Amino acid sequence: MQIYLPIAEVSVNAFLLLGLGGMVGILSGMFGVGGGFLMTPLLFFIGIPPAVAVATEANQIVASSFSGVLAHFKRKTVDLKMGCVLLVGGLIGAALGVVVFNYLKSLGQVDLLVRLCYVVFLGVIGSLMFVESLNAIRKSRKNSGPVKRKKHNWIHGLPFKMRFRVSGLYISVIPPVLVGVAVGILAAIMGVGGGFIMVPAMIYLLGMPTKVVVGTSLFQIIFVTGFTTLLHATTNFTVDIALAVLLLVGGVIGAQIGTRIGTYLKAEQLRILLALMVILVCAKLALDLLLQPSELYSLGAPGGH
Amino acid sequence: MLRALVLLLLTALPLSAEEVVLGLSQDKVAITATFDGSEILIFGAVKREEPIKPAPPLEVVITVSGPSEPITVRRKERRFGIWVNTDTVEVDAAPTFYAVATSASFHDTLSNVEDQRHSVSIERAIRSVGAPSSIEDSQNFTRALIRIRKDQGLYQRLEQAVQVDEQTLFRTSIKMPANLTEGEYPTRIFLTRGGEVVSQLETTIDVDKVGLERWLYDLSRQKPLIYGLMSLAIAIAAGWGASAAFRLLRQG
Repeated sequence: MQIYLPIAEVSVNAFLLLGLGGMVGILSGMFGVGGGFLMTPLLFFIGIPPAVAVATEANQIVASSFSGVLAHFKRKTVDLKMGCVLLVGGLIGAALGVVVFNYLKSLGQVDLLVRLCYVVFLGVIGSLMFVESLNAIRKSRKNSGPVKRKKHNWIHGLPFKMRFRVSGLYISVIPPVLVGVAVGILAAIMGVGGGFIMVPAMIYLLGMPTKVVVGTSLFQIIFVTGFTTLLHATTNFTVDIALAVLLLVGGVIGAQIGTRIGTYLKAEQLRILLALMVILVCAKLALDLLLQPSELYSLGAPGGH
Repeated sequence: MLRALVLLLLTALPLSAEEVVLGLSQDKVAITATFDGSEILIFGAVKREEPIKPAPPLEVVITVSGPSEPITVRRKERRFGIWVNTDTVEVDAAPTFYAVATSASFHDTLSNVEDQRHSVSIERAIRSVGAPSSIEDSQNFTRALIRIRKDQGLYQRLEQAVQVDEQTLFRTSIKMPANLTEGEYPTRIFLTRGGEVVSQLETTIDVDKVGLERWLYDLSRQKPLIYGLMSLAIAIAAGWGASAAFRLLRQG
């Protein structure tokens, strides 16, 4: 069934969108990532104008994250206090990110920088996670004792300490706020929720237990992407509600299924799967930059990207 | 020279011996939620007061054009091992849709001079005042624009697609793709003999969003904050709804 999208002004197959939403929703529920880093390139691929894809994707992430976070609230795996600290950083970062985005736009190279951002971040994070979780799995096979986490590093020397009961942490608020800012900036530039950056940052930088990371990241993502949606809707008029509804119907159902699947998998397995997926997307984007495109010319709105 | 000019003026006058009478299968295209392109039948007849001239044969050219908008064409080049957008040309006005249908091959139907005068061919319908002086091959950018839009079905050159019967009745059908832009679509019909335009007629086809599409589009432009909040509300409601539904499913 073809459906005409009022803002994107293209006609697409409704079932294709439902399917895409569902697939990305499952991944989002499993890994606690919004799925934007997968969905946004997929939307480009089926012919949605990039500006509309980025803005609408933000709206869809709100839905799938909300659905996911409810499931996590039920299991008490959301650290609200940590979530709020991250959120403060996230909102500051998102605002900064929009400024940076507009500056890059005025230079006329925003597309390239967004792509490079994707390749660099996905590549680094993906390979780090892959190596780390491979080591973790190997260790847990050798001696079934608990994996020892580094208890003390430079992060514990910073001031403004706060107790995060759910995460079992007593650390300074500076690193979580900084993580929030960094993720917020990247989220606004790359048009994603930023979960794929935040989840590893929370595990490896803040030392949070993997169990609460997913729920907390989803909690923070809802607000950051909600803020981004409003910014796009009021300044660029690029949120397509019909597209969002189709994606989120598939997405929220997928997220519920994904959250259930996630409970049956071990943390290390979950991480290694996420790492593989991140590397795969990175490789695809890198190839696009390295190989000669079949069409050297591209059309764009005047002055825009 | 003078005689040619007088002849030209005479043929351009509305007093020409042959005139177009036009019909359209529809003069409105409604973009609904399930819009999947449209096919418009354009037909008509030639009205004349005198016997049919035997030669040169009567030919018909029909153009349908979407609203013209400026557009940026970018070209990629290899820099430091990766493909980067380097050169940019701003095209001042390019129709978002353009179809030109002719009754014979394009060059047999319309002379180059007449094409230039009436901007009939796709190349002439695009207006590009000038590229930055750093770019020497600006016509490559215009060609790329035409190539890309042809691939999308937005630009169509339909030769021998207009059927002419007894030098009097003519008809053609033009497929409009699903990715149409809203607006007025000027539609022109030219009657030609020996490459010269003997009569022409212009009308418009309105392409409009209707119903839900219209309402959402207007809301997003006129009350963006409410539209944005509505999008968020729907997103959160859907997220909550799915969560609640799954809980019920598991309990039940």
